[in-house]
Amino acid sequence: MESRPAQPYWNPYLSGIGLGLVLLAAFVVMGRGLGASGAVASTITAGLNTVAPGHVAGNPAYAEYLKDGTSPLKDWLVFEVLGVFVGGYLSGMLAHRVTRTIEKGPNITNKRRLVYAFIGGVLMGVGAKFGRGCTSGQALSGGALLNAGSWAFMLMVFAGAYAFAYFMRRQWQ
Amino acid sequence: MTAPFFKYGFFGEDISLVVAFAIGIGFGFFLERAGFNSAKKLAAQFYFKDLTVFKVMFTAIVTAMLGVYYLSVFGVMDLGLVYLTPTFLLPEIIGGFILGIGFVVGGYCPGTACVGAATGRIDALVLFVGIFAGVFGFNEFYPLLKGLYLATPMGQLTLPQVTGLPYGFIVFAVVLMALGGFWGAEWVEKKMAARKVEASS
Repeated sequence: MESRPAQPYWNPYLSGIGLGLVLLAAFVVMGRGLGASGAVASTITAGLNTVAPGHVAGNPAYAEYLKDGTSPLKDWLVFEVLGVFVGGYLSGMLAHRVTRTIEKGPNITNKRRLVYAFIGGVLMGVGAKFGRGCTSGQALSGGALLNAGSWAFMLMVFAGAYAFAYFMRRQWQ
Repeated sequence: MTAPFFKYGFFGEDISLVVAFAIGIGFGFFLERAGFNSAKKLAAQFYFKDLTVFKVMFTAIVTAMLGVYYLSVFGVMDLGLVYLTPTFLLPEIIGGFILGIGFVVGGYCPGTACVGAATGRIDALVLFVGIFAGVFGFNEFYPLLKGLYLATPMGQLTLPQVTGLPYGFIVFAVVLMALGGFWGAEWVEKKMAARKVEASS
């Protein structure tokens, strides 16, 4: 495949309206919002349940994702997140933005950047559990429904990120 | 009232998974269109260089919020049937702060890591694996964390209920706040761009 130059991203307000309409569609069609982190919990439960079902049954943090006999993978968020991968790939492919790369500033090695990415992911996992959702399920979906807890969560996401931005500046600048 | 369609029994569990996949495609598509497959672009938000995260997020919130509001005002949708995550204020505040730190350390949030990974970003894939480790760790230590996780339960709680102000008023206030924020974001980006030109000349 010949590589053509990547097209510029859309105007943020235009993409925002698109995203808002998808979220509205989820509310109207399903009566629920979007999500991402919840699918991870279902996938882990499904995996562990095949290896160590006793362990899963004994821990309420997993048992919550076990439904009457059906696999935890047969879950709304799991299918939605599969769609997110497909939709992201389609959009990137159409705009020639699919490239194998590591996103980072010029002053950090690849290895270090990947270590930070992993640590960031661990923090996300823990934060999303305590917060009962992530930027998608809480900030975006709960935000649009004027959910009080979601707004508190959203403000704290920005607070946490800005508070630690200074320590991470060498990674990005 | 006819919406939400699923709650009114227009289709069943199996079709709902097809709907989930379709909605996910739309979600991923617009996240990528916005540039949220790039950690550099996402992280620039926290250095005031590129405020796309704020602009996209609040445009989306305002769009969906107005849609939900008008559909319920005109009696098309029963807002009471839309799932509202119950508020547990303390763990949500702590969780949000931890997730925020993870955002600037890792460069993506869970949803944007999916589109990053789908468009070849290896760091996004690694971060996604990290989320699994984090959730697994939380679950394994759940007996220890349970006290904090279940602290300050407040039930389903909305901003209109907290403030005692009418729903429509809060909607209007959020729209005004977002518009003010967009104006401020454009101003900040212009300032930062000017500073960069000055520094390089």
